[in-house]
Amino acid sequence: MFPFSFEWIWDVGHMVFMGGLWYALTIIGITMTYCILKSIIDTMQGKGGHHH
Amino acid sequence: MDSALIPEGVKRCSFGKFAIGIIIVGGVLLWGVYAMLLIWLKGLNQTNMNDYYGFALWIWADLGVIALGGGAFFTGFLRYVIGKDELKNIINCAVLIGFICYSSALLILAIDVGQPLRSWFIFWHANVHSMLTEVAFCLSCYFAVLIIEYIPLILENRQINKVPFFHNLAHNMHEVMVIFAATGAFLSFFHQGSLGGTPAVLYGRPFSFREGVFIWPWTFFLFTWSAAAYGPCFTLFVTRLTEKITKKKLVKQNVIDLLAKISGWTMGTYVIAKIIDTWYWATVTAPARGFNLIDFYSNNPFYGIWILIAEIVVCGIVPALILLTPKGRNNSTLLFTAVSLACIGVLLNRWVMVLQVMAIPVMTFETWVLYIPSWQEVATTVLPVAYGIILVMISFRYLPIFPQERELNP
Repeated sequence: MFPFSFEWIWDVGHMVFMGGLWYALTIIGITMTYCILKSIIDTMQGKGGHHH
Repeated sequence: MDSALIPEGVKRCSFGKFAIGIIIVGGVLLWGVYAMLLIWLKGLNQTNMNDYYGFALWIWADLGVIALGGGAFFTGFLRYVIGKDELKNIINCAVLIGFICYSSALLILAIDVGQPLRSWFIFWHANVHSMLTEVAFCLSCYFAVLIIEYIPLILENRQINKVPFFHNLAHNMHEVMVIFAATGAFLSFFHQGSLGGTPAVLYGRPFSFREGVFIWPWTFFLFTWSAAAYGPCFTLFVTRLTEKITKKKLVKQNVIDLLAKISGWTMGTYVIAKIIDTWYWATVTAPARGFNLIDFYSNNPFYGIWILIAEIVVCGIVPALILLTPKGRNNSTLLFTAVSLACIGVLLNRWVMVLQVMAIPVMTFETWVLYIPSWQEVATTVLPVAYGIILVMISFRYLPIFPQERELNP
């Protein structure tokens, strides 16, 4: 649910619950995006071609 | 036949033997899938639930696997956040078990909602006054974390790891695993807790009702605590069972000893807190609502006081004492007994807090409900077990689940 949904109310319950959900999803999303982008860059730089 | 996929330097049984094992367990899995399809296609009338007794057997299984899967978040927390480096040798197994348990929990919920195509309603039309909404949020997010923690393991397969991008991705994901571990611990704290808080806020059910602090009943903390204590025991149980089946030593004793010791301390303190909670509930909370302790354990052929003693003494105090003593931890039989009892103990606790709660009469005209599940409920409860065994078999064969295996089995 987003703040622009018709059911949204600006109260503590909605802010804590939905805020917590989006906070967790944002952390997971940003960290995974970082991993994927860094892996693409590393691969383009020729890293990971052999076993460490 | 599949030797190119098996991790380097380890021995596995022949492919034929492996395939026969998969086919046998797969038969049980298909039985569960058939029951699941019946429930989805024909509806919840396939169960023995009714207006009087609205919890199916699988709800107990759901809470049970979530508690047993608690080893993933707690071991991850100890390894990455606290810095217990030795646990890197068992964390893969904990993640695998956590992944199996949480995917099973979500599958069970998908069966329970009866109309899985509307599962997204809980996110879009969220009831922000419900503890179960929080459980759904945290459970889904934590499952995403577990998928992320499991992916590097898959990418470390001998053939997949040869692809430079996958090799780099596995490496980079390992580098930031502390963020996922911390996020997982945060999410687990709340969903384990809210699962415990839910029966405790049912003020119409004096057996489960508890007082607490602010909006959280005491069982909120007890459930999280018990998952942290008993979850690692299930990791140790599966590790020992795999060792027995494969006739190999897979993890060094110092690693087992450390996790067992931490688990013993967590369990010991949990059991003390549980005894205090039970004593206060039996002498203050329940009598204030017109019930005596024995009312909850009499006048029925199944739920006797034995269940309370079994949960707290036999499957609580006894395994905690074994795990707290070096002799108990170093004796293979005693250790296996302790972790087995612990797993039974947490499953008993979830049974009591879910199914016994609903069975006890609360009105003078009511009687005990000794619920007998339908075969479809039993099959869908067995389904995650079969799925878990298959995933453990495949992961053990093709992925580096136990990093010390090669060294211990030259």
